Amino acid sequence: MNWSAVYPDIVLLAMACVVAMVDLWVTDPRRTLTYWLTLLSIAVVGVMHLLAFNGGATVYAAQRMVVADPMGHLLGVFAALAVIISLVYARPYAGERDMLKGELFTLSMFTLLGIDVMLSANNFLVVYLGLELMSLSLYALVALRRDHADSTEAAMKYFVLGALASGFLLYGLSMMYGATGSLEISEVFKAIGTGQINKSVLVFGVVFVVAGLGFKLGAVPFHMWVPDVYQGAPTAITLLIGGAPKLAAFAITIRLLVEGMSGLGGEWQQMLIVLSVGSMLLGNIVAIAQSNLKRMLAYSSIAQMGFMLLGLTPTVVNVNTLSAANGYSSSMFYITTYVLTTLGSFGIVMLLSRQGFESEQIDDLKGLAKRSPWFAGMMAILMLSLAGLPPTVGFYAKLAVLQAVVSTNLAGYIWLAVAAVVLSLIGAYYYLRVIKVMYFDEPTDTRPIVSTGDVRTVLSINAAAVLVLGVMPGGLMTLCRDAIVKALTT
Amino acid sequence: MSLLSWAIWLPVVSGGALLALGREEHARTARWLALIASVASLVVTLPLISGFDNGTAAMQFQEKISWIERFNVNYHVGVDGLSLWFVPLTAFITVIVVISAWQVITDRVNQYMGAFLILSGLMVGVFAALDGLLFYVFFEATLIPMYLIIGVWGGPRRIYAAFKFFLFTLAGSLLMLIALIYLYYKSGGSFDILTWHKLPLGSTAQTLLFFAFFLAFAVKVPMWPVHTWLPDAHVEAPTGGSVVLAAIMLKLGAYGFLRFSLPITPDASHQWAWFIAAISLIAVVYIGLVALVQQDMKKLVAYSSIAHMGFVTFGFFIFNELGMSGGIVQMISHGFVSGAMFLCIGVLYDRVHSREISAYGGVTNTMPKFAAFAVLFAMANCGLPGTAGFVGEWMVILGAVKFNFWLAAIAATALISGAAYTLWMVKRVYFGPVANDHVKELADINTREFAMLALLAIAVLWMGLYPKPFTDSMHVSVTELLKHVAVSKLGS
Repeated sequence: MNWSAVYPDIVLLAMACVVAMVDLWVTDPRRTLTYWLTLLSIAVVGVMHLLAFNGGATVYAAQRMVVADPMGHLLGVFAALAVIISLVYARPYAGERDMLKGELFTLSMFTLLGIDVMLSANNFLVVYLGLELMSLSLYALVALRRDHADSTEAAMKYFVLGALASGFLLYGLSMMYGATGSLEISEVFKAIGTGQINKSVLVFGVVFVVAGLGFKLGAVPFHMWVPDVYQGAPTAITLLIGGAPKLAAFAITIRLLVEGMSGLGGEWQQMLIVLSVGSMLLGNIVAIAQSNLKRMLAYSSIAQMGFMLLGLTPTVVNVNTLSAANGYSSSMFYITTYVLTTLGSFGIVMLLSRQGFESEQIDDLKGLAKRSPWFAGMMAILMLSLAGLPPTVGFYAKLAVLQAVVSTNLAGYIWLAVAAVVLSLIGAYYYLRVIKVMYFDEPTDTRPIVSTGDVRTVLSINAAAVLVLGVMPGGLMTLCRDAIVKALTT
Repeated sequence: MSLLSWAIWLPVVSGGALLALGREEHARTARWLALIASVASLVVTLPLISGFDNGTAAMQFQEKISWIERFNVNYHVGVDGLSLWFVPLTAFITVIVVISAWQVITDRVNQYMGAFLILSGLMVGVFAALDGLLFYVFFEATLIPMYLIIGVWGGPRRIYAAFKFFLFTLAGSLLMLIALIYLYYKSGGSFDILTWHKLPLGSTAQTLLFFAFFLAFAVKVPMWPVHTWLPDAHVEAPTGGSVVLAAIMLKLGAYGFLRFSLPITPDASHQWAWFIAAISLIAVVYIGLVALVQQDMKKLVAYSSIAHMGFVTFGFFIFNELGMSGGIVQMISHGFVSGAMFLCIGVLYDRVHSREISAYGGVTNTMPKFAAFAVLFAMANCGLPGTAGFVGEWMVILGAVKFNFWLAAIAATALISGAAYTLWMVKRVYFGPVANDHVKELADINTREFAMLALLAIAVLWMGLYPKPFTDSMHVSVTELLKHVAVSKLGS
């Protein structure tokens, strides 16, 4: 047994239990001890991933049930960072709403554990195990404010639809298992490669797998839960849902569709194109009509996932690994930068909320540039990045995906790229509207914005990172490409 | 760091610092810092002129650093005769804008100054970029400060105007992004513009690329019929915004034709030259007539800008040296003249708070010094010999005669309509008896305003009387470009 592959998971599990135990004896309402203990443990896990990533080796463990490869480790670093950032932003908000309890920390850590399990899955059942661990923790987190009707409703919706999605995925996976006789992803790949398996069963299975993944990513037509859950959940939890889990969903998409079923690429790429264009179309258009900022960001996330999926579609045409890696790594770059940006946006939303006041409407940002030029500037950078304008990182994410699509040099794909940019032009409108509200309107609420030092610092670093990565995007792009190339070649 | 990098990053960094560190209560410091930064940014561009070698069409003052290795993108800057003058022009106009805002802008001064400084650096970046992606990044990034300038310090319909400006320009340039990526693949993984110049391309590809570029640049120029954002943006923008918009931003589009459309798709350019010439002439004639009936001075000058820019694009697409050099000279002179026109309107607006022509009359009686400047700039705007406005238009018309006499004749009508709308406005605003009490109480320009108008007047007269430094430095580059465009890319 090669334990080193699962060290981060073991540490995380142990520390989650420790935090749950320690919290029983913490009486401090600010939960200082468990808060820092949680952050420390997650940071340690992140560093372990980073060290393993630098090692660069691909290690299989537990009868090849799990794999530790650079892609998994890199995403593991980002996921750990995302959870840390979420918790830092969430703490004051949760404290004012009686949510700052041991459960928040423990469940967040279990969410991250589920994500880590998915990142290192090499087996259908492990994928499913990680997915359920993450999802169940998130359902509980959404319902954490149990006396709040909206949150409870959101939790119910999330649970029912999420369970349905898991069912889809499991059904699809069982069909693949039935057809290929193996649960191990690389074995499934080989079995499909032989070409001796009944294609209709395989295609049937792929349809269900794609549907399940579509649910988890929140792509049209499986997006119905996204706006309601984003809006209904306490903002601190929306942040957790909208951040790290997207990375995990991307990872299992790569593991299942690319590493396992690239033999069926012709089929699933067609499906992804439909999902992608549908998401960009619906997400961007419906977001224009939103007056609730959280809901608008939810539709924006649907549109962004559509754009990300586009990067997975163009690779079957040129079968060689490098050009495939080009497409997949563009999606990986897209999703990591999207998560970074979205964390900051929800961070600002929470910053404006106070005791007994939920800042949710776009109008709550009115005149922010006068109340706090600094945070207005941060939010402007984040919105411009979501709109994909240079010199923010969002531009390079879109550029990377578009170049992967154009690289096919097929007229149909070039039109797809044209459609994508036209739809992102529609998207630019509602992001600009947020800037308009902050800069051009007079403030209706002149109370000063209170924030704690750590939130202020992390938020500033977060937005600055979006700008700095926009000036120097090369390093992260290369990291993503190398990680994907390693994942494809082993 | 090369001189060009200084010219780009000095204003950007100092503007960013003003934005981040400035405080509302330190407006005075912000003004002085902005003035120092903008003058310094102008000074660093001067060695470009003195050190420029007129004898070569190659890029000068080049700097090339690997930027995004993954896509082989380089930070590659350099200027040739086509772009040289726009670098100091941009820096010069920024100095003027800072001076013009001195007493006028009292709200969020540091942000205003910071936005203009950043904008200035980004626009220099557009003119200096020799890498396709770098160009695009600068080209798009200029939208953000201008959007904020119009939206924060603009007039009553500023929000509509800001959105229209942003979305129109963005809509145009997004297809250019696809075109750039397509060229990247066609050229085997390079974003280098000079490599693209030599890249053989088929007929269909050239046509599609030509129109992708055309859309981006035509919106920016703006050409008829995608010009409708410009009058709105000009009317609502604060004076400084209008000045930069008219003096520099419009030139980004025209410059794009020179750097991308013509050399990258020469066959499509020849094939569609009639189309560009036709809509340019529509702009010259029709928009000239539209300008005649405007009640609002800013709108009048905005329409006159569109007509003047029609001359520029027309000059580019008649494929001879006079036309092309004339177009570039017209771009530079229009930078001075339109900027000055908007400043004059700003001077009046600051005092009376109206841009309606009918609100004025007989200004020359109460503001004699100011009226002298205003009339000079108006004369330059209608192309009086001896002023900057004359040189470019005359060269373009002369070039057009070589190309086709009747087209030249149509273009020449612009001199009549230009004189008509400008002089009629001058007559109604400046001459005649004092129209009302507002005009009676007008105070003449102070030293600050005198200084900024005098600087522009010197530039306008200098260019009108002695345009040789301008034409000399662009001569070799223009002939080289024409030689390049004359060679078909289809055969190879």
